[in-house]
Amino acid sequence: MTTVEIKPPILVVGPLAWLRKNLFSTWYNALFTFVALWALYSFLQPALLWSQTEARWGVIEANLTLFMIGQYPREQLWRVWLVIYLLAGLIGLSWGVWKDAARGFAVIGLGAGAAFALLCFFFGWESWSHWLIACTTLLILYLVGRYLPYASFLTTVCWILYFPGVFLLIAGSARIASLPPVEMGAWGGLLLTLLLTIVGNFGSLPLGVLLALGRRSKLPIVKYFCIGYIEIIRGVPLVTILYMADILLPLFLPVDVRPDRVLRAMMGFILFEAAYQAENVRGGLQSINRGQYEAAQALGLSGTLSTVLIILPQALRAVVPALFNSFISLFKDTSLVAIIGLFDVLRIGRSVLAQSEWLGTHREVFLFAFFIYWGFNLAFTYGSRRVEEALGVGKR
Amino acid sequence: MNIKAFWRDLRFLQILAQAIFAIIFALFALYLYSNVVANLAKQGLTVGYGFMDNPASFDIGESYIPFEASDTYQRALLVGLVNTLVISVVGIFLTTVVGVVAGVARLSSNWLVNKLAAAYVGVIRNTPLIIQLMFWYFGVILQLPSVKKAIALPGPAYLTNRGIYMPWGEATSTFAAWRIYVIIALFSIVLIAFLFRALERRSSLPTPLWWNLAYLLVPALMIWLGAALQPESPLKQTIPTLTGLNFKGGLRLTPEFAALLFGLVLYTGAFIAEIVRAGIQSVSKGQTEAARSLGLTTGQTLRLIILPQALRVIIPPLTSQYLNLAKNSSLAIAIGYPDLFSIAGTVFNQTGAAIEIIMVMMLSYLSMSLITSILMNIYNNRVKLVER
Repeated sequence: MTTVEIKPPILVVGPLAWLRKNLFSTWYNALFTFVALWALYSFLQPALLWSQTEARWGVIEANLTLFMIGQYPREQLWRVWLVIYLLAGLIGLSWGVWKDAARGFAVIGLGAGAAFALLCFFFGWESWSHWLIACTTLLILYLVGRYLPYASFLTTVCWILYFPGVFLLIAGSARIASLPPVEMGAWGGLLLTLLLTIVGNFGSLPLGVLLALGRRSKLPIVKYFCIGYIEIIRGVPLVTILYMADILLPLFLPVDVRPDRVLRAMMGFILFEAAYQAENVRGGLQSINRGQYEAAQALGLSGTLSTVLIILPQALRAVVPALFNSFISLFKDTSLVAIIGLFDVLRIGRSVLAQSEWLGTHREVFLFAFFIYWGFNLAFTYGSRRVEEALGVGKR
Repeated sequence: MNIKAFWRDLRFLQILAQAIFAIIFALFALYLYSNVVANLAKQGLTVGYGFMDNPASFDIGESYIPFEASDTYQRALLVGLVNTLVISVVGIFLTTVVGVVAGVARLSSNWLVNKLAAAYVGVIRNTPLIIQLMFWYFGVILQLPSVKKAIALPGPAYLTNRGIYMPWGEATSTFAAWRIYVIIALFSIVLIAFLFRALERRSSLPTPLWWNLAYLLVPALMIWLGAALQPESPLKQTIPTLTGLNFKGGLRLTPEFAALLFGLVLYTGAFIAEIVRAGIQSVSKGQTEAARSLGLTTGQTLRLIILPQALRVIIPPLTSQYLNLAKNSSLAIAIGYPDLFSIAGTVFNQTGAAIEIIMVMMLSYLSMSLITSILMNIYNNRVKLVER
C-alpha cells in the first residue's frame, strides 16, 4: 500500500507569510513592490532630509497668529477663543445628548484640543491654557447633556443660535460696549476660511432646496428658469463667479450700496454653492418612493404640505453624505478668494513670503497651508462618517 | 354639468402661478437693470464691444497663435482661449492615463502598491488645487537648478528653473502635404470601427481580439507611408542642446505651463482614480466567473464582459471630471499662465469693461462645457444600458 505524502504548506502565518502573500505573490507583484519601494525611497529621502536640514520652519512659528486670524485686532482675540469654547461646549452637549451620532466629532474635538494644548505647552506658547479650557468645557457639557431634560430640542436650538452668535461675536456691534465692531476687511486667515465655508454652505441650502424643487416642478417657466440657473452656474469656473461677485455685484445694487469685499465673496459663494446643493437635494428627492407622495395625498395633505412635511425631511436625510461632501469641497474652494484679494490662509501665506526675513520659504509656507486643509478634512471626514453610520443613511 | 369656479381650476392656477413668477422675475430684472444704468451713469461708463478693436498694448508670455502687443484686445482674448484649450486637451489626455493607472493600482493585490495609490488619492483629494499649484510652481519648478546645472533625464530632457526642455519634431517644408495623410489616418479609425461592427452583426460572433491591432496598425501604416512618399521627412527631430546661456531646439514647456499641467493632471487624476475603482468594483465577481465558465479568455472577459459594464458606471462622472479640469485651468492666474481668465482679468483692468468681459468669459466657458458634455453624451449613449 502506498501512502501519498502531503507536504506541509511552506508558510501560512507570520510576517514572512504576510510578505509573501501581499508583496511577492507573483513575479510581477515582486517587481511592483521593488519599483514602489524605490519610488518611495527616492521621494521620501530628499524630502525628509530637506525638512530636517534646509527647511526654515521658523516662518510658521513667527506668523502662526497671522495664519489663524489674519489682521483681526489682537486685543479682541478673546472673542475668537470664546467662539472655540462655545463650539467645544456644543460638541460636548451633542455628544451627551445624541451619543453615537456626535461621538466622532467629540473624539476629534477632544483629541485635537488635547494635541494643541500639548503642542503649545511644548513650544512654550501661552495659548495652551485656552485649549485646556476648551477640552474641559467639552467634557463638562457632555455630562450636562446626559442628564438634561428636553435635551434634543435644546441642543438643536443651541446649534441654530450658535452660527448667528458667532457672527455677532466676530463682527461685534456698535450697540454693545464690550463688543466693538471689527470691520470685515480685518478678518483673515483660517478664521475667514471657516466663516466663508459655513456661510457658503448653510446660506446656500435654502436656495438650493428651492431650486431643486423648482427643477422638478410641473410649471415649465419655473422649471426652465431653475434648470438654466443651475446649469449656467455649474458650467463656469468658481473664480469667474467670485470675480463677478467682486466686480459686477456692486453694479447691480443700488447706487451708494457698497457691501464689503468679504460680504461680496460670501454672496458669490452662496449663489455658486446653491446650484450644487440643488443637484444634491434633487438626488435626494429622486430617491423618494412615489408611494410617499400618494400616501400623503391619500391623507389629504396639499401639495405644499406633503412636500414640506413628508418629502423634504426624507430627501434631506438621504443626502446627508452629499452635504458633508460639499462642505469639504467648499472648504477647499474658499482658498480661491485669495485670487480676488481676500486674506484667507493662502493669501496670508503669500504676504508672509513677502516679509524680507522669510524670503524663499515657499515650500514651508505652502506645505503648512496644505496640512491645515488636509488635517481639517481628514478630521471632518472621520466625524461625518460616524454621523452617517449613526443615522443609518444608505442602509435603510 | 358641474362648472368649476375658475380659481379652482388646476390649469388656470398653474398658469397664474407661472405668470406671477414671470412678473416677479421681470420686475427683479428691471430693478437690477435700472441699478446698472444708474451705476454706469454715475461712473461715466458705457457698455459696448467697441473697445475690442483697440490695441491691447500688453505682452503675453506664451501663445500658440502669433500675438504682439499692438494686436487688438479681441486677439488677446483669443490667445487666452487657445491657451486654455491647449492646457485642457493635453491635461484631459494625461489625467486619464494617471487616473486609470492609479485606479487600477488601488485595486491591486499588492499591499504596497495599493496603499501608495490610496495615499495619493487621499492626500490630493483633500487639499485645495490652488495650494498644490502654488507648491509645484514656487516650491518645486522655480527651485529647480539653473540652465547651467540642469537635471538631465533620459531622452534627453532637461529640468531647469526656466522650464522643461525635451526633444520634439520640427515641421519641415513637406509638413503641410503630410498633414493630409495624418487626417485620413485618423479618419480611418472610425471606418475600421464601422467595418468591425458590420462584420460582428453579420456573423453574430465577436471579432477576434487581435483584430483590434488594426486600429493601431492601419493608421500607423498610413502615416508612415505619407511620410515616406515625401521627398523630405516632414518632421525633423530636434534635441535641446545647451548653446551659450540657454537651450536651443526641442520643445520648451514654460515653468507656468509645466506647473499648471502637472498640478491639474495630478489633482484630477486622483478623482478619476476613485471613479475607475468604483466602476470596476461595480461589476460583480460572478460576471467574471460566469464569463470564464463560458470559455472566454481573460482578454475577452475584460473586453466583452467587464469593460462594457464598468464603462457604463465610469463615463458620466468622468465627463464631469473632464469639465472640472477645464474649469480648474482658470486657476492658472495664481501662477501666471496666460489662460482665458487671466487675460480677461488684464483686459478688464485696462478697459474697465466689466460686464462685457465677464459675458465673454462666461460664454467661452459655457460653450466649452457644452461641447464636452455633448461629445461625452454621444459616447455615453453608445455604452449605456439598453433596457427592454
